[in-house]
Amino acid sequence: MISIFRGLITTLKTTFRRPVTVQYPSTHLPLTPRYMGFPVLTWDFKIQEPYCTGCLVCARVCPTDVITVSMKDNPKAANEESHRRKIVNDFKLDISNCILCGLCVEFCNFDAIIMSDFHEEGSLTRVEQDLPLVTLLDMGKEMQDKGKFTPPPPKKRPPAKAKKDEPATDADPEKQES
Amino acid sequence: MDNIPSTEPVEFMLNVGPQHPATHGVLRLLIDVDGERISQVETHIGYLHRGTEKLCEGETFSQIISLFDRLDYVANFNMEMSYVMAVEKILGLDVPIRAEYIRVVTCELNRIASHLLFYGTLGLDIGAMTPVMYAFREREALQAYFESVSGARMMHNFFRVGGVKEDLPEGFLESLQSYLPKLKQAVQECDQLLTLNDIFLERTKGVGILEKVDAVDFAVSGPNLRASGVEHDIRRTEPYSIYPNLKFSIPTGTNGDSWDRYWVRMQEIQESIFIIEQCIDQIEPGPISGRTRTVIRPPKGEAYVRTESPRGDFGVYLVTEENKEQPYRIKMRSPSFCSLMALETMLQGEYLADAVTILGTLDFIMGEVDR
Repeated sequence: MISIFRGLITTLKTTFRRPVTVQYPSTHLPLTPRYMGFPVLTWDFKIQEPYCTGCLVCARVCPTDVITVSMKDNPKAANEESHRRKIVNDFKLDISNCILCGLCVEFCNFDAIIMSDFHEEGSLTRVEQDLPLVTLLDMGKEMQDKGKFTPPPPKKRPPAKAKKDEPATDADPEKQES
Repeated sequence: MDNIPSTEPVEFMLNVGPQHPATHGVLRLLIDVDGERISQVETHIGYLHRGTEKLCEGETFSQIISLFDRLDYVANFNMEMSYVMAVEKILGLDVPIRAEYIRVVTCELNRIASHLLFYGTLGLDIGAMTPVMYAFREREALQAYFESVSGARMMHNFFRVGGVKEDLPEGFLESLQSYLPKLKQAVQECDQLLTLNDIFLERTKGVGILEKVDAVDFAVSGPNLRASGVEHDIRRTEPYSIYPNLKFSIPTGTNGDSWDRYWVRMQEIQESIFIIEQCIDQIEPGPISGRTRTVIRPPKGEAYVRTESPRGDFGVYLVTEENKEQPYRIKMRSPSFCSLMALETMLQGEYLADAVTILGTLDFIMGEVDR
């Protein structure tokens, strides 16, 4: 019997504490700086083009194959406005299958993709879950305005050798261990 | 003649699950009841089978970490730990000491979170509404810590082969150190609510006894085995990571009944807090990741690694091929599966109403059982 009263005293003490419940849809808990929402693409404000070169590393490393990318020749590279010889042509992210693992961000060589704070992206149709390039860039710009992305330091590399750093992640055999 | 009721005892078959809140997942039980007593139980598993072992054969070594998150989905860090240790064993990698400490701190936090979930849901199973509120309040705080470390509340994808993804955020350890006394107090509150409560004792003492011999025979591990009186903990018997440097005791039960299984877990929370406190004292700045390439191609070989997950002895058997990005085969040894196999023996002769208690105290996770 005493034990039951002891339990009751515990609950009674808690009655006078401040509630910890957050009424979710109306109030949001603050997100931590490392929060991993859906991945978005970053925008190079200096040259006015995306950082993404469409190198396919993110598409290959994605465990659920939600990224579709294609690449094109960068028109700005021809008149020396940009150091990127190739640029992303089309980018599609199927957020209905994205598992928010953050591997694409980790493997990207150009800091072109970041994990955003966006996590409430529900929609009524499945088509809306395929985010196109424009949307992803807009979301990325919003994140950059919030200061969640620091632009990478400019790489001092002649444009002729720019091609070399692309397959760096994939072509490295594990020599030291084998 | 036909209208005369039979005097033979009538057995009734009761179908529990797969969508039943007391089965903690998608477990189906076919229970033959003789009056109030259970005479026979048939377990049906496989409702959460995702083919993880087969999936792993087609994924690269860095992608598999995210699949392991989804095995035991309340103790994600512990699952990742076993996998990265298996790959490191094949590669022969040395993990930086700070990375090991970060791993152990997160794993032990996750053990606490997992046991708190057990505590809350057991209360619900037995009919106590209040405990789950207390347990989830603390689990929420722990998950906020996980989010600050890895960026995700569950499915962290934080451990890497040769280290961890990122260093701990600034002020994490200080904040954790100031939080641990609060957690201790909260666990004490939880204790007062349930542990020695008369009604709770009535429902759990002597219910679902798992004999020492049976427990060993069924290869039950973890808190369920320790509750039966076997002092077996992988952290102690086959120490891995930095556990040799840490002091902790292994709580064991005596009877192997539901209350013992509950009590062992509550004691383990205290031990985990003790381990984390030691880690905070011992951790030193340093590198958090060894020199590993982004693409891992281990040599041909095989490794078996076992770790103490919140549910018991979780083993990963990994076979690799020469110069391949994908493993040849991965086999997981799941502690929940073994606990579930002992269920049949435990339920026989028990009251039907106690079946829920026994299911709750076994603390299995179907994601890990079905893989």
